[in-house]
Amino acid sequence: MGAFLLRRVLVMVPTLIAASILIFTIIQLPPGDYLSTLIAEMEARGESIDPNKIAVLREAYGLDSSVVVQYLHWVGGMLVGDFGYSFEYALPVSRVVGDQLWLTAVLSLGTIAFIWVLSFPIALYSATHRHTPLDLFLTFVGFLGLAIPNFLLALVLLFLANRLFDISIGGLMAPEYMDAPWSPGKILSVFEHLWVPVVVIGTSGTAAMIRRLRANLLDELHKPYVSVARAKGLAPGRLLWKYPLRVSLIPFVADVGNLLPQVVSGGAVVSIVLSLPTTGPMLLRALRAQDTYLAGSFLMFLAVLTMVGVLISDIALGLIDPRIRAEERAQS
Amino acid sequence: MTSAPDPRSHWWSTDPEVAPCLAEDSAEARRYGGLSQGTLFWSRFRKNRLAVLSMVFLGLLYLVVAFAEIVAPYGTGDRNSREIHMPPQAIHLLGPEGLTTPYVHPTLYHLDKDNLRRVYTPDTERRQPLRFFCLGASYTFWGLFPGRFHLVCPPDGGSFHPLGTDRLGRDVLSRIIHGARVSLTVGLLGITLSMTLGMAIGGVAGYKGGLVDLLIQRVIELFRCLPELPLWMALSAALPVTWSPIAVYFGITLILGLLDWPGLARSIRGKLLSLREEEFVLASRMMGASSGRIIRHHLLPALTSHLIASATLSIPGMILGETALSFIGLGLRPPVTSWGVLLNEAGNLNAVLLHPWLLAPVLPVILTVLTFNFMGDGLRDAADPYMDD
Repeated sequence: MGAFLLRRVLVMVPTLIAASILIFTIIQLPPGDYLSTLIAEMEARGESIDPNKIAVLREAYGLDSSVVVQYLHWVGGMLVGDFGYSFEYALPVSRVVGDQLWLTAVLSLGTIAFIWVLSFPIALYSATHRHTPLDLFLTFVGFLGLAIPNFLLALVLLFLANRLFDISIGGLMAPEYMDAPWSPGKILSVFEHLWVPVVVIGTSGTAAMIRRLRANLLDELHKPYVSVARAKGLAPGRLLWKYPLRVSLIPFVADVGNLLPQVVSGGAVVSIVLSLPTTGPMLLRALRAQDTYLAGSFLMFLAVLTMVGVLISDIALGLIDPRIRAEERAQS
Repeated sequence: MTSAPDPRSHWWSTDPEVAPCLAEDSAEARRYGGLSQGTLFWSRFRKNRLAVLSMVFLGLLYLVVAFAEIVAPYGTGDRNSREIHMPPQAIHLLGPEGLTTPYVHPTLYHLDKDNLRRVYTPDTERRQPLRFFCLGASYTFWGLFPGRFHLVCPPDGGSFHPLGTDRLGRDVLSRIIHGARVSLTVGLLGITLSMTLGMAIGGVAGYKGGLVDLLIQRVIELFRCLPELPLWMALSAALPVTWSPIAVYFGITLILGLLDWPGLARSIRGKLLSLREEEFVLASRMMGASSGRIIRHHLLPALTSHLIASATLSIPGMILGETALSFIGLGLRPPVTSWGVLLNEAGNLNAVLLHPWLLAPVLPVILTVLTFNFMGDGLRDAADPYMDD
């Protein structure tokens, strides 16, 4: 296991370097930089701007050095925990994303818990009661959940809640807590508002998970070993829990890693629709204003999250699935 | 066996004494024996009614896309300053005397000075019959041929807005129909690009193997660890504002296609690798078939159906990508009309609460995504009959 872990982590290094180059290139793609956008905006408003001040800012932000130097500076900083400087907020990136990152984490973990708690019993029922009316109904609902894009669901829910119940479901906390420091009341308010985005973002994930789990379980249920166990007189419930269910649990574990980044990036547009104080709206604003380091560091963070997630799934899979362990032993 | 002798009877005996299993299967064997992969594929697909229905629906939808100018009662930019934010008009089929030509009631407009709102009330006294196959608002078909012919036109001297109008008095239904042209073709163009790349790269990886395969797999892995939606956002934010609408349209298509190929390439590579090891390939090799013949007659047909299925399943993602990007203002911009642009123009919650019909574009988006998924599932099941459920 140790050697396997080491090899996997070493493989991640070149991928990370390639990802950082790609992300930096994309972020640098728009013509001009933050300052030229700023100057254009101020000129449009008829304000004059002191050329000396611009020169000082350029110097301070390192915008005059070559792209390669800027890239090395950025990557080098990230290695020691310095994620660059946000032009728009005039703050270090780590300070800007602080609260939003925490709220994103809470929202994402809540969504994943929702997906698991809901999909497991439904898939179990659907697979063991195949082709019954309730199974067909659940499959159909799952299909709808999979097909309805979550940002449109958010939009429609927002509208319906306002129209029918006259309540606002947007936001992640009551307005009075927006700029307040963290307090028990604020935390409570966050939890009260959390369920709407959790349901909206989690619907498609739940539907996908139910489909996979149901298909997997059905595959297992028709294998000869199940027939043998049944023929030998094992009680159906005990048989189900002891064998096929364990095998079909693999997608749960395999998806630990995929789910988190999916939920974080999938929630981006939903957060914009529901005006949640998470990272989605921040990324949009940063991209629009060419706030290079804020956008770049966030994208890089998502990429690292995905890679770590895949690594975690691989390790977890190796731990629960003896077949994969055997394969590794054969390889190394 | 009194009927015409089986043309293939020199291959096997259907005599139950000699080959009981063949005799038993002979009806089925005769039915499927000489059919091509394609015919088998379609006969399996046709059994899935929901998938066939979805295909018909999508076919009609793309027909509407092709003839948008004729189907839509108004042009995409036709404004009417006297009909701003007009609610949907009901179409009546039944008059007091029974079934008649469909008609609408003309709308009376007055400004509610107390609440500063426009109030529209249908004038139920008067009836205005709709015109069909008629001459109405002029347009240039595909920007090439001028014309005035429409399937349905507003009544003489009246207006016809079954889904209401927007803040500039433009007909919402017509704008949805015109927007379909952009929204529905983005997916097709994007998937063409992604398929070409995926087939070429995945094919090379699966066919060549070795170092090339290893390198391509690394690249695919790199792409897969990048978050899709934020990357779309970053790339479309990078499209210069000065670009013409057409350039932005192709730019968005390029972005969607360029980020989608790794998934397809991976599945093609995997499918190719597993197909190569199948017994029927071994069998034909032992019968002396050349590699060219094996690729053309066995690998490609088996791969094609699989490809069509995965392509169909990736199209809705692209349509949604365009819709989401335009909706948050990073994709297409007016004067281009797409479903995402329409939703973006619907504006903030307060505007939508006052004028709920502006949310109408949500419905075609969901229907399209749903039918593409149904059709793709049907195609996938037909492509891979051994996969259960």
